[in-house]
This record gives sequence, structure tokens and C-alpha cells, in this order.
Amino acid sequence: MKAKSIAAPYLVWMTIFIVVPMMLVIGFAFTDRSGAFTLRNLEGVGQYSNVFLRSIWLGALATLICLVLGYPLAYIISHMKAKRQSVMIMLVMLPMWMNFLLRTYAWMTLLEDNGIINTFLASLGLGKLQLINTQGAVVLGMVYNYIPYMILPLYSVLTKIDQSVIEAAQDLGANQRKVFFKVIFPMSTPGMISGVTMVFVPAVSTFIISKMLGGGANLMIGDLIDMQFLGSAYNPNLGSAISLVLMVIILICMGIMNQFDDGESNGGGIMI
Amino acid sequence: MTQSPIITLQNIAVSFDGEAVLKDFNLNIRDGEFVTLLGPSGCGKTTTLRIIGGFVRPDAGDVFFSGKKINDVPPHKREVNTIFQKYALFPHLNVYDNVAFGMRVHGKTESQVKAKVHEMLQMVNLEGFAHRNVNLLSGGQQQRVAIARALANEPKVLLLDEPLGALDLKLRKDMQVELKKIQQQTGITFLFVTHDQEEALSMSDTVVVMDKGIIQQIGTPQDIYNEPRNAFVADFIGESNIVDGVMREDYVAEFAGHKFRCVDKGFQPNEPVDVVIRPEDIDVVEPEEGHLSGVVTSVNFRGVHYEIIVDVNGFKWMIQSTDFQPEGKQIGMMLQPDDIHIMKKSEYSGMFGDYSSFSDEMDDASVLDEEEGER
Repeated sequence: MKAKSIAAPYLVWMTIFIVVPMMLVIGFAFTDRSGAFTLRNLEGVGQYSNVFLRSIWLGALATLICLVLGYPLAYIISHMKAKRQSVMIMLVMLPMWMNFLLRTYAWMTLLEDNGIINTFLASLGLGKLQLINTQGAVVLGMVYNYIPYMILPLYSVLTKIDQSVIEAAQDLGANQRKVFFKVIFPMSTPGMISGVTMVFVPAVSTFIISKMLGGGANLMIGDLIDMQFLGSAYNPNLGSAISLVLMVIILICMGIMNQFDDGESNGGGIMI
Repeated sequence: MTQSPIITLQNIAVSFDGEAVLKDFNLNIRDGEFVTLLGPSGCGKTTTLRIIGGFVRPDAGDVFFSGKKINDVPPHKREVNTIFQKYALFPHLNVYDNVAFGMRVHGKTESQVKAKVHEMLQMVNLEGFAHRNVNLLSGGQQQRVAIARALANEPKVLLLDEPLGALDLKLRKDMQVELKKIQQQTGITFLFVTHDQEEALSMSDTVVVMDKGIIQQIGTPQDIYNEPRNAFVADFIGESNIVDGVMREDYVAEFAGHKFRCVDKGFQPNEPVDVVIRPEDIDVVEPEEGHLSGVVTSVNFRGVHYEIIVDVNGFKWMIQSTDFQPEGKQIGMMLQPDDIHIMKKSEYSGMFGDYSSFSDEMDDASVLDEEEGER
């Protein structure tokens, strides 16, 4: 009874700012401008399937790169002395304290046709490279911005693995490689799942990164939605429908991801 | 039981952060033996086990396995398996996969694995638990899985690091019997670490009593109990009255103001010694009939016997007797020659064996403390 009354303000907050907006999005998605029920908006989403595919492909690629780069780092940090661990984790988080927009701008000045990298290459007498406005630049921006969200949950799971379990595996005859693949790696799946979730979801729906580093040619879902609400192609009903489809796709992806976890996760991860 | 040592530790020295944990440690373990390392917290017994398991490198000295030096052999290549203090089961695997882990690592076929896992689970009475989640088992069941997992590897030597410490008394007693049975069935050498003297006495072929990184005594349980080498061993293994005495000549010791006949010899004439008398060996008689006489100061009922504290000229003796004696009563104490055990003086002389500060509460508290802080 008491716990319920304490929860009341949160429930009100969540209703007003989460449930109601969600309902509005659904409402907009199934109505036309005059407010009548229609499925036209959802049908209209179909013509953007190439944008959806590109977003999912780039988001998945960025997530995979984050995992491949982030796992070894998280592993190395978790094996350092306690004091150095906290320093390293602070370094991982340091870029997150800087404004997101500013960080992405910084990459623009680096990658531009007349940017720092190309100027440097020119001074060496080498030709210019097309760096900005490519899919590679978009993926780079995603990896750069979201990799801390991969490292942190992995680190937190890896530090929680009991040393005696690793010793038990060695004791039973497992060499270093087998200890890793048979014990450490499977025990860190909850961290991998939350890391993948926390990188993939914002990466798929980003619009700033693709806008700034991808140019007009690499339109992503986020840009599409942006255009429906703020851009020239003003159509909030279509925008809502796209958002709704994106949400369903992400939920399906997460559902598939969670199948890899046996449901007996030993904590450490943040689940959707 | 053959006589060849399967494990030999030679002149081992280990220190952590400049603090010596083991000093010039020498130990031979014979094949097929049940050996117990017994001692208080921090005496180095777990470290000894970890050296044999390969998890601690000694600063000096050598480790031999069947005559071969194994100092540089990593843990996964040693033919020993460990049962860890907190079991260290793999939380992401079920009971079957936990037990199968070692065999799969060694590349056994799944049909071999299956047969062995079922054999092991049967041995530890866990048939039908194969597909259970290990995190949901009770402490005793987890313990059994750990035993099955270690034995499935068919080790030459099984190292057990206080495996029963976390179990309640009844379960611990059952597991003691079961472990002993498993050891006799399999013929595997067991090296068992405990701070529980009763456990050590009831299970072992050989007991190694340790303190401060040094072996105090090695012997059969009977030797250790009946012929303790110094006051530490006498006090750690069971209750004992330890009195200052002088060895007047062979078979004659003088203590508590009397000369007593005893069965010990080989001391210098008039050599100062420690005299041990076990509380259960003292016969209570009428005051005028006994060698010593004193006043009962406290009586405790302990189930099988009464624990009676008697003040004899300021020194408090403990007597264990099935007969009740009221507080304040003058009683006599009779000692037979073979009740008296003479020990050479050691650094532990005078530290143990006087019951003047004895209380039940202190006794119980110290047992609890020993569970913590072992490295």
C-alpha cells in the first residue's frame, strides 16, 4: 500500500510523458490530415524500404564494430588493477561529457574535402580522399559516439566474473583459450546483449550523424522522420507511421537478441 | 596404499606482500592417502593447496608430482583437481554440463561423457538432477556437483579446500562420511584442508597440523591426539590441561607439587617440560584418595559428559566426566601413568592449557571467526 503511494507521482509522470505521446504517435499514424482512420500512411512507408534497409545495415555494422573493438578493451580494463580501472573507465566516458553535436562537428572538420586529413595528405604530395559524405563516415560517427555504451555494460559484467570460476576451469584442464571461449565469453553474454541494444537502437534511429557526415545521399530513417516534421515534406501522419514501423523493427531485433540469453542472466546488464 | 610419495613439497617458501606465509615447508604425500592439513586461519594451509594446484608460485623450493618437478607446469596440465571453498560452479551451465566440463575440455566423445557424468552423479546421489540450474541448488547439492565435477576428470590427487565449511553441522557430518567413502572407493589421494579438528581426526589417514606457515606435527589422528608434540598441537586438537613440569628421570615427572610415574623417557634429568593431561583421562575420586585435590568452580553439561573446572592451588583443570559434581565440592583427581604425556618446551609453552579464563561464549565465538579471512 505504502509502496504504491510512493510510486504514484512516477506513474502520473510516465502516463503523461510516455504513454500519452505513444498513443498520439499511434493515433497520427492511423489517421489522415482530416483525422479520419486510414492505412495509407503505413502503406506509404513501403516506398522507403531502401532507407530502412540502409539504416539497419549501417546500424548493425556500427554495432558489430563497437562489439569487436569494445570487447577486448573492456576485457583488458577488467583485468587491470582497481585504481587503473577507474582511470580507464573515466577515459572511456570522457568524450560523453562533451556535447554530441560538437563531437560530430569535430569529425566534419577532420574529414572534409579541405579538412585536416586531406590537407595533411596534400602536404605529403598525396591525392585527396573522399572521406565525408560516405557511408563509412556515418559508421565512423556512430562507432565514435556510441562505443562507450558498448564498453560499460561489458566491463561491468566482466569484472563480476568470480576469479575462482576461472581457476576452476583451469583446474579442470582448460587452457587460456578454452577458459575464454567456454567460461568468460558465455558468462559475458548479458553484457553483450545490453551493449548491442544500447548501441544499435540509437544508431539505427540517428539523424544528426547521417546529416552531418553522410550528406544527402545517405539518408537514414531518422532523417526521413525529421523531414516529415520539420522539413519541406511536412507530413506528421507519415512521420508517425515511419516511427511506428521503426519501433516495431527494433522490438523484433531486441526480441531476437534476447533469445541468445537463456533467461538465467546473472545481472550486470540493462535490458530493454 | 603404496609407499611412494605422489606429491613432494621441498623447502617451499612463500610470502605475500612481504609477509611470510610458508617457511621452509616440506611435505610428502603418499599415493592413495587421505591427508588433512589442519590449522587456524592464516596458517598457510590453503596456500599449500594452491601451490599444488598451480595457482601460487612458491618464492623458493620445488614441487614434485610422482617424482617429476612441476614448478613450471600450469594448472590446466596438472593431474590434480580442486574442490574450491565456495564450489566455483559454472553459473552459465547446468549440472550435467558442469560435470562434463573437464571431459569435454580433454576432448572425450559425447558418449563417454554421458556415461561418466551419470556415473558421477550417481556416486554423489544426484541422479535426476542433470538438467537442473546449478544456481538454484542448495549448498549441499552444489557441493556434490563440485565433487562430481572434480572426480569426473579422474585426477590422481583431489585437493579439497575447506569444502564443508559452508554446510550446517548435520549435513557436514553426512558429507564427511560420504567423502571418506568416495575416497576409499576410488582410491584417489585426497588432500583436505580444514580448521575443524574433529573433521580432521575422523576422516584422515594422516593429519598435518600447521601454524604460522610451519608444520607443527605430522602423524596419524591417534598420534596427533595422544602424543602431541607441543602445546599448540595439544590445545588445537581437543581439550587439554597443560602444566609446567620437570622430568626428574626417565618415567618420572614432577608437576603440580607431586611426582608422577609416566610412560615417557629420553629427556635430560631435571629438564623443564610441558605436561599434557586430557580432560577425559582424569578420574574423579574422594579428596583424600587422589593425587591432587581441588574445588569445583563450574560445571557445564555438554550432552555426552559434564565439563568440570577444578581449581587446584590456583591452576584450573578441566575434567570431562559422565558423573555430575556440584559446584563448590572438594574432589580428588587420580592420574594413571599412561594418562600423562610429556612434551618438550616450545615457543607455545605457557600459552595454552590453563582453563582459568575459560568460558563457553569465547569458545564458540572463536570457531565462527575462523571461517573468515583464509587466503
